[in-house]
Order: sequence, then structure tokens, then C-alpha cells
Amino acid sequence: MTTIDSKIPEGPVAEKWTNYKAHQRLVNPANKRKLDIIVVGTGLAGASAAASLGEMGFRVLNFCIQDSPRRAHSIAAQGGINAAKNYQNDGDSVYRLFYDTVKGGDYRAREANVYRLAEVSNNIIDQCVAQGVPFAREYGGTLANRSFGGAQVSRTFYAKGQTGQQLLLGAYSALSRQVAAGTVKLYTRYEMHDVVMVDGRARGIIAKNLVTGKFERFAAHAVVIATGGYGNTYFLSTNAMACNCSAAIAAYRKGAYFANPSYVQIHPTCIPVHGDKQSKLTLMSESLRNDGRIWVPKKIEDAKALQEGKKKGSDIPEEDRDYYLERRYPAFGNLVPRDVASRAAKERCDKGFGVNNTGLAVFLDFSEAINRLGIDVVRQRYGNLFDMYEEITDVNPGELAKEINGVKYYNPMMIFPAIHYTMGGIWVDYELQTSVKGLFAIGECNFSDHGANRLGASALMQGLADGYFVLPYTIQNYLADQITVPRFSTDAPEFVEAQKACEEAQRALLRNPKGKDGKSVDTIHKELGHIMWEYVGMGRTEAGLKKALEELKRIRKEFNEELFVPGTEEGMNNELDKAFRLKDFITMGELIANDALHREESCGGHFREEHQTEEGEAKRNDQDFFYVGCWNYKGSDDETPELIKEPLVYEAIKVQTRNYKN
Amino acid sequence: MEKNITVTLRVWRQKDAKSKGGFKEYQVTSTTDTSFLETLDILNEDLVSKGEEPIAFDHDCREGICGMCSLYINGHPHGPATKATTCQLYMRRFKDGETITVEPWRSAGFPVIKDCMVDRGAYDKIMQAGGFISVRTGSAEDANNILIPKEKADEAMDAATCIGCGACAAACKNGSAMLFVSAKVSQLALLPQGRVEAARRAKAMVAKMDELGFGNCTNTRACEAECPKGISIANIARLNREFLKAKLKD
Repeated sequence: MTTIDSKIPEGPVAEKWTNYKAHQRLVNPANKRKLDIIVVGTGLAGASAAASLGEMGFRVLNFCIQDSPRRAHSIAAQGGINAAKNYQNDGDSVYRLFYDTVKGGDYRAREANVYRLAEVSNNIIDQCVAQGVPFAREYGGTLANRSFGGAQVSRTFYAKGQTGQQLLLGAYSALSRQVAAGTVKLYTRYEMHDVVMVDGRARGIIAKNLVTGKFERFAAHAVVIATGGYGNTYFLSTNAMACNCSAAIAAYRKGAYFANPSYVQIHPTCIPVHGDKQSKLTLMSESLRNDGRIWVPKKIEDAKALQEGKKKGSDIPEEDRDYYLERRYPAFGNLVPRDVASRAAKERCDKGFGVNNTGLAVFLDFSEAINRLGIDVVRQRYGNLFDMYEEITDVNPGELAKEINGVKYYNPMMIFPAIHYTMGGIWVDYELQTSVKGLFAIGECNFSDHGANRLGASALMQGLADGYFVLPYTIQNYLADQITVPRFSTDAPEFVEAQKACEEAQRALLRNPKGKDGKSVDTIHKELGHIMWEYVGMGRTEAGLKKALEELKRIRKEFNEELFVPGTEEGMNNELDKAFRLKDFITMGELIANDALHREESCGGHFREEHQTEEGEAKRNDQDFFYVGCWNYKGSDDETPELIKEPLVYEAIKVQTRNYKN
Repeated sequence: MEKNITVTLRVWRQKDAKSKGGFKEYQVTSTTDTSFLETLDILNEDLVSKGEEPIAFDHDCREGICGMCSLYINGHPHGPATKATTCQLYMRRFKDGETITVEPWRSAGFPVIKDCMVDRGAYDKIMQAGGFISVRTGSAEDANNILIPKEKADEAMDAATCIGCGACAAACKNGSAMLFVSAKVSQLALLPQGRVEAARRAKAMVAKMDELGFGNCTNTRACEAECPKGISIANIARLNREFLKAKLKD
């Protein structure tokens, strides 16, 4: 049986990272210049890693799929970034952030990694401020904070509703500085297609130049993938259109374990789906839950009237509203973690209390906040989100709609859960190295820090922690014995063959067995998304998951036999590039479904309907499932991968049932 | 209320950077609550079903923040909606039966790659010339040691919301990138951390902008009017002051 070494350092959890840094091997400056590192992706993790590694003196090759590194989807994160600064004097500490993150992750994260994350969180804020990130401030000039789900302290730093943008632009500016210094070479509009292995180590990649359509070979001493999550497997998600899991799947096919793929985060506050032409879902920041109250009607007849368009939200008076989160979870109220809030919305809608024409929406209401603070204060906090909501739905949530018995009611927003973030990802050890030597994975792309559910404002924290403060150290421990390895020629047979394989795969996609009577990439992708959402979404059952796996087989067959891709392999061909991604989304779908089927428990984002308490809360099974589920590729997409378990060892935290009620 | 809407799209088609392009007309039916880019998706699906190549256009986040989408629609960068990117434009802004002209950014600094897709690498190069604060990873002091008045921080934030989409240069008759450059120069000049390099930054970014073929600013304010993020031309005034100060020191 394959065993797993997660390389967690010795000592108490609070001392592990210090011990590690004190004893790890380093590379001296003269040798750094001789070592090349490929970083794929320019989001928070990729850009911060490329910038930091370049600054240290390594020669970095940095790739992104968009026309500029600044476009990576980290840019769309709205709410904020957590850190244990305790600037609010509300009892925060590194330990508390660590504890909240482990608890929020439903005790399925690796303790040592999470502690390190909490430890470096403060450095991130310092670094970003020094770079000129314009975080929100108090009148005294100090940094401001807001609250987020899953915490009882106020530890989230923010820049209006555009925190991800500002942090990414900070990392991008650091990256730009290194590009100017000549330490980082940028490759924009390039997409990674394969990892090149030489003598059992990752030594380079094959990437496609999306403008010329040519596959190119790149060699390095180590490869870092920072290519984000796999949410777009579901077709509709809050991810950007180009977000895909192909780099991660390429790594998986080369022997990198895929860990916990079933841990998918469904964000409770997205604009509900409308029509079948929709291309993506728009997130409304979790920060709205600070002042917004979530409700559905108490009376089923009111819900019916809303669904039929006979009533509006503002027609329903206070006493007839069911603020179900406040009712079920008095201690955390509207600020329960995302998985809990999403399931509670689904529960109400399943019972028939949904508030729009599809019955798949709940209200997020600011009437109380506006009455308490005034519209100006509320707009100052959420104005850009209100505007965004209005642009999409034609409804202004700040608009006074009605006055009933002296109480002012404003237009509520309608929201519904949507696929947002993936906690699962490429398995990495404490050093962020995958099970393939020389191949590292950082940011959302890896599985390491969020367990089965990620808390709000922790994705930005993890991306930047990995990129600025963890990988630049740990990768040296690997590179230290590579200093005598000369630069590789990309003419080596391994590179030539890998490129050939990519070209063959491309020709296969252009075979078009049914000609233009076949199905388009999007048609098949929508089918895949529908199956995934229906059977591998918020509520999963054994029967449903088995059905999904059968359907996924059918979809793969359809992909092979009916796909139509117009154009040729010459020059830019977006449909062809989308076809490559879809092929990997199907494989990803199977990974998610297999993992969800095997995990006979409910935890975090993974909810098996067979495993719930009488009150409908997730019921974990620590006896049998207290491990990281790692999937090992068996040489073909058609074969079920092998499950390898990394047992979780908790030394600092007592594993308990998650409780947000009191 | 959501209604069906049928429009004629007059779209710029160009095989690649070297080929000559031209307009082609397509009819497409969408709904008022569907976004403009989703309407292009509908058209593209239709083209694919006929075995034709879909229209190439840049887009990614589809929520108005990544700056990837472009498109010059009916004579406006990002279309007729104000303070919104193309991806945030909904069909309710158009009339049933309307003909909508869709072109790529037209600016010397942004060569066409294919159809409506352009190369905006020049903006990255301008950023590389000086759009940063030189601080090493891990060398920063405690964040609250730098006190910044709220008003200043807010002003810096307003400038920092630039998404680098290129609409400013596309809107400008001189093809000037001044609004873009000034937003970054302002953001960093307003903050104490950025003051140290303010002079060098202003000079280097302006020099790079000139070198890459962007034109001069003649205060027509077209950039401000078309900017999807509402970046103010007050930033250009600040850039001019910073630039002048820097030059006077030389």
C-alpha cells in the first residue's frame, strides 16, 4: 500500500514553522541565479510567488492565460482578508484564527498547515500596506476591520468591496517590478497543457501559445502550479469564464494525488440563476451579511404569491418574515459559515418557501440596517454591490419600497447559493510539494488549509501566505540539492514527446466525427454542469452519486463521439481551447463524484443526506473518515483512481461537533 | 419584465493581426435580462452550429472587475451604459430591432489580435516602468505604524480602482493613456509609502507611455466620461503636478 509522508515538522504546533525555517536548507545567492522556476498562474498565489522568488534571485518563468497577469480571478474577491492582528482589541490571536479556521473547515484540515497560515497572516497585512494597498481606514489613520462568517471577532481587512482587486494589483505591482528587473519573464495568453517529467522529477511544462496556436516547451528546475480551483466543472459558478482545472488535472495524470475533491464550497449569497443562456453567476459579497438579514416568508401562501409575482418582498411585514438563520443559529445568526448558510437556504426552498419565480431564492434585506444607520452609511459600506445588483437585476436594494404601520421597507435582494470555491485540490505536503518531486501547488489549486469548508476572507489570506511567505522558503529545501543540475535543454526526448502528445490530443479534438451536426463545447459543458449541480451539489446521496457517475460516462462518450469544434489548429481557436478544458472538467467531475460517494459522512461543503442529525445538521464520522482522501491516477481516465489516505493527526485542537447555535 | 429582443449585430471580423478586417452583420434574438456578452455567446453558439468560426472577443470575470472585456459598442468603449464594463451591459439598454456596431479598441497602442480582441500588453509595460513601490517581501514594518488619514486612503482607493481595461485610450482621440497612468501615479503618490519614489515613478511611466505610441492629453475628458470605474481626470492633474515637480528637480 502506498503511504504518504506529509513532512510535518516536529514540535508543538506553535513552534513547527519556526523550527522548520531554522533547519531547512537554503540556496546561496550565486546558486539561485543558476536555478529556474516555472510558476503557472498569476493570481494572488502565483503572482506573489513569482515576485518573491524573482526578488530572491531565482530565474522565474511566469505564465498566465489572460492578456495580463492582473486579470487573474483573485481580482474578483470582494469581501476581505483575515489576519490575527487584534487591532480591534476584541480578543483575537494567532491561536484563535487557527482555531476558527480548523473549526470552520469542520476538522478536516491539517493542523500544522493551518497554524502556519494564521501565523503568517499578520505579515501579509504588513506587506500589502507597504506595497500601497489602500485598505479601509479609521479616522485616526489606523486600519479598519469588519466581521465575517464563522468568527466572533472582527479581523477582516478590506478595501471597499474590492479587496481581491487591490491585493492582486499589489502582487501584480511586485511582479511588474521583477519583470523590469529581469528576474521574471512573463508569458501572457499561454495555457499550460502538460508537466514534463525527466527521471521522475517535474522538469518543465508544455504550454500553448493561445495566439499562434503553437505548443511550446519550457524547462526549469521546479514547477509551481497556481492555477486556482475547479468550480467551473459545474458550468455555472462564480469563477471567471477561463478558470479551469486543466493544469491540475495534467499534474494528477502525472502522478500528483488529488485530495478531497468533494469539498466544494457553495456560496450562500449569489444572484439567483435566471434563464438557460446565463454564462456565469455573480457573487454578492459575504460582507453583506454583516448588515443584511436573510429571510423567507413564514406563511407558505406568501411564498406562493411571491413565486407567482403577485407580491413583492416589501409587501410582507416584519411579523410574517422568517429570519431563519437568526432563528436556527442565535449565536452567529446571519454570520454562520457559508456551508451552513447555503444548506439552510436550500432547506427552506425545498420546503416551498423560495421567493422568486423558480422558487430557488431567498431574501437578503437591508431595511433594518438602513433604518438604523441611514442610507448613506449603508451605501458607503455596500454601494458598489448595490449598484452591481441593480445593473444585473434592474432592482435597487437601497430604494424605499413601502411603509407598513410606520415601518419602512426597502427592496430586498434575492440571493441563492452557487458554486464558488474548491477546498479540495492537488495534495501537497507541508512544503507545498505534490506527490511528484519538483512539482509544487499553491493557492486554491492545492488542498491544504481549509479542510471541508473555507471561511470568508481566508482565500486571499491563503493565496498570499503560500506565495509570499511559505513557498519561497520551502522550495529552497528542494532546490538545495539541485544546484549542480545544469539547465535542461527542451530538445531532450521527454520534452519532444510531451509536445507531440499535446499535438495529437489536439488533432483528436478536431476530428469532428459528426461534423457540424455534432454538439458544441458549451452544449456538452452545460449537460455536465447540470448533472454535477443536481447530483453532486448541495445535497448528495448514494443513489444520486451513482447516477452521476453513470451520466458522466455517457457525457464522456458524447464528448468523444459527438463534439464539434470549428476552425483549425492554426492560430487562435477559442473553441478548441475550451474543448481541452471540458475534457478535463469531465475527469474532474468523476473525481468529485467518486470522492463524495466514498465519503460516508457529512462535513463542511460535503453534505450526504444519509448523514445528518435530526435537526438537519451535518453529521461527521470521525471514526472512519478522519483523513485526507487522496486519489491516485491509474494511467487512464476510464479507470477509477486508487484511494490513498493521509490520516489527520490533531495535537492542539480537540475535535468536536461544530456548533454555531450557542 | 423580461422580454425578447432581436437585434442586428454589425461586428468587426479580422482573421489575425496581419489580415485586413471588415464588418459582418448577424441577427440574434436574446432577452432584455440577458447580458450583452451572453448575447454574443448565443450568436457564437449559432455560428458554431453552422460550422462557422465564432467571434473572438476578450472577457473573463463577467462581473466588471478583471478588465479583460473590451469592445467598442455603438461608438462607446464598453457600450452605452455609464460606469459599467461591457460584461455588465444588459440587453435592456437596447431597442428591439436596433443595429448595434461592435468593434475592437481602436488605438495605436492596442493592435488587433483577432476580430474584437486586442493586445493590451503596453499597459503591463507601463506598469513595469514604475507602477510599484520597491519593497522586499518580508521587510515591511507593522501595518499600523503607517497612519494614513481616512480621506487620503479613500482618495488613493478611488484611483486604485482602475481595472486597466484600456477604455481611456480607446475613447481618446489622441489615443492617450494618461488616465490609466495617472490613476496609478496618484494612488501611490497619495500614500506615504509611495511618496519616496513618486518623482521617479511619474517620469518613468510617462516616458514609457510616450515610447509605446500613446498620444498626449489635450483635456477632452473623453476618458473620464467613458471610464467604467469612474476614474476622475483630477488624477491627470495630479500626475502633471508630480511630473512637473520631478522635471524641475532634474
